Amino acid sequence: MKKVFRLEELDCAHCAQKMEDGIRKLDGVINVQVNFLSQKLTLEAADERFDEILKDAKKIIKKIEPDCTLIEK
Amino acid sequence: MSKKQRKTLFRIILSAVLLIAAVLVDKTLIKGQSLWLTLAVYLVPYFIIGYDVLHNAVRNIINGQVFDENLLMAVATVGAICIGFFPEAEPQYPEAVFVMLFYQTGELFQSIAVGKSRRSISALMDICPDVAVIERDGQLIETDPDEISVGDVITVRVGDRIPLDGVVTSGSSSLDTSALTGESQPRTAKVGDTVYSGCINLSGVLTVEVTKPFGESTVSRILELVETSGANKSRSENFITKFARVYTPAVVLAAAVLAFLPPLFSSAGYLATLPDWLIRALTFLVISCPCALVISVPLSFFGAIGGASKKGILIKGSNYLETLAQVDTFVFDKTGTLTKGTFAVTEIKSETEAQDELLRLAAKTESHSTHPIAVALRSACQNVTSTDVTEVREIAGHGISANVNGHTVLCGNLKLMNSNGITASEPDIVGTVVHVARNGEYLGYIVISDEIKPAAGVAISELKTLGITDTVMLTGDRQATAESITKAIGLDRCFSDLLPEDKVTALERIMSDKQPHRKTAFVGDGINDAPVLMRADVGIAMGALGSDAAIEAADIVLMDDDIKKLSTAILMARKTIAIVRQNIAFALGVKAAVLILSIFGFTPMWLAVFADVGVAVIAILNAMRTLR
Repeated sequence: MKKVFRLEELDCAHCAQKMEDGIRKLDGVINVQVNFLSQKLTLEAADERFDEILKDAKKIIKKIEPDCTLIEK
Repeated sequence: MSKKQRKTLFRIILSAVLLIAAVLVDKTLIKGQSLWLTLAVYLVPYFIIGYDVLHNAVRNIINGQVFDENLLMAVATVGAICIGFFPEAEPQYPEAVFVMLFYQTGELFQSIAVGKSRRSISALMDICPDVAVIERDGQLIETDPDEISVGDVITVRVGDRIPLDGVVTSGSSSLDTSALTGESQPRTAKVGDTVYSGCINLSGVLTVEVTKPFGESTVSRILELVETSGANKSRSENFITKFARVYTPAVVLAAAVLAFLPPLFSSAGYLATLPDWLIRALTFLVISCPCALVISVPLSFFGAIGGASKKGILIKGSNYLETLAQVDTFVFDKTGTLTKGTFAVTEIKSETEAQDELLRLAAKTESHSTHPIAVALRSACQNVTSTDVTEVREIAGHGISANVNGHTVLCGNLKLMNSNGITASEPDIVGTVVHVARNGEYLGYIVISDEIKPAAGVAISELKTLGITDTVMLTGDRQATAESITKAIGLDRCFSDLLPEDKVTALERIMSDKQPHRKTAFVGDGINDAPVLMRADVGIAMGALGSDAAIEAADIVLMDDDIKKLSTAILMARKTIAIVRQNIAFALGVKAAVLILSIFGFTPMWLAVFADVGVAVIAILNAMRTLR
């Protein structure tokens, strides 16, 4: 499954890179892209573990940039 | 400015005023008598401007983010304040406040610049229709385009954006396709025409039967393509990513060494020289963030891709932009790229009757055929009736024989004439020759050829002025035709008599003849040449509006078939690469210079802040030039 999310208050380009690196290492992630300029997270992961991965991804985002929130469309 | 930015601006002004006040109080009233009192006076503006940085720094340590910008700034400024407590050291309080102030100002500028570029890019991308109008229970209602399914009939009012691809069922209008093609000339749309989402309806109400769901409609595909283009990263971007990973830890490590190692070798004693080296080390920390590069390089590419799509040029990734800038060989498919791809009558040579009589006879004979040649003949003369045409026989590879009005008419190539015992000769002419004979008597011939695009010659000479050294045409035509077209357009060479499957081999031969760093672009229309598009360093598809296959196979897509856009695309690519190089050289150069100067203690801390955020702002402003 592939989904696009909005990242609000994503203010640091370097952090976007770190988020991408962190989420990529999660088990079950097929592909991930954090676009600093369009403030979008594209996550492609195994269907059955998607929600779990998304939860972990949110944790990583909070850890790297606490003000940044992931909006589910 | 956003609310957050206004708040920061207010804090900057307040803290700047208080800093000046603190300096005055320090110089006139305290005069260095009480260290604690001086500290207290400076801490007021320091906390006003820096409390969020300090807060984030603490939070980041808890979260295990050691090399974070906030933390580094906090360490640098708190460190500067602490130096005041060393015996015999000069207090650095005003510097600490000033550095924080400068940092926040830079961050504010950066945030405004990023916000501005984000807005310009999203304005470019604002081609997505919000509503579709559909009739439900006799009433026209506005609904989400996502809820419309294939087969529904939607209404497009004047001024509306067409929300989904479809076929016009009633009404006629002109459409502004500029959002898709960059072409300002409106297109007409009438019943039976296919219309594409993203176009603006200019003059009349249309009803459209939807042929594609919203997610697969042209506008959604274009947006998806541009948005996911970030995944195909250029070499410069990959370099920056790798660089950013090692740069910060390396500078922090160097700072630690710089602070504590040199004092060991000092003759004046460890503690006496430590403050001086500590300040130099703290200066290191201030410039340890690679922000200028991390923001500006992707911004340059993103801006260029956005700006290009506004002109009707879709680029599927910054790597293709980078490659396009290095292309020196252009290989073209002939049909549909250099020529219009539609056949037309270009010459009529009649032995006996009037020219249009001959044409009419030929068109009548071929009136039942769907062959491109028959279509060209029919479109050359009006009102051809086929009522008196009987006994039509298509002889594959030869032509057609039919009974027209009681006469036996033959229409076809030289072989057809010869096999019927008619003497005719092949004229030395470019194109397809159709000989006509009636009742065994030779009447003459009609030449049909594909028309060269009027802009082709200009486009090729434009490419040559841009330093494209080799322009090649691939075609299935026979050699004489191919060579005359090559000459007419001003190409360097051509490969003729190619079957569709030979084209990949021809391209590979061209590519292997060159040095590896020289790149080859292939330009085609996506019909029959998808494998060639994929094989080239850069595959460029033309006239791709509505052609999914071309959009799929190509790396760069020209939405309309304006061949002159090739030079526009090259210029944009080269400009972008130049800007990226400038930014990399500028940011690295300034940082390296400041790092070296601060080893020797020549850099005041505020200059280091400039090297950090100031350079980032300048680089962002430079990167934004790609949007234009």
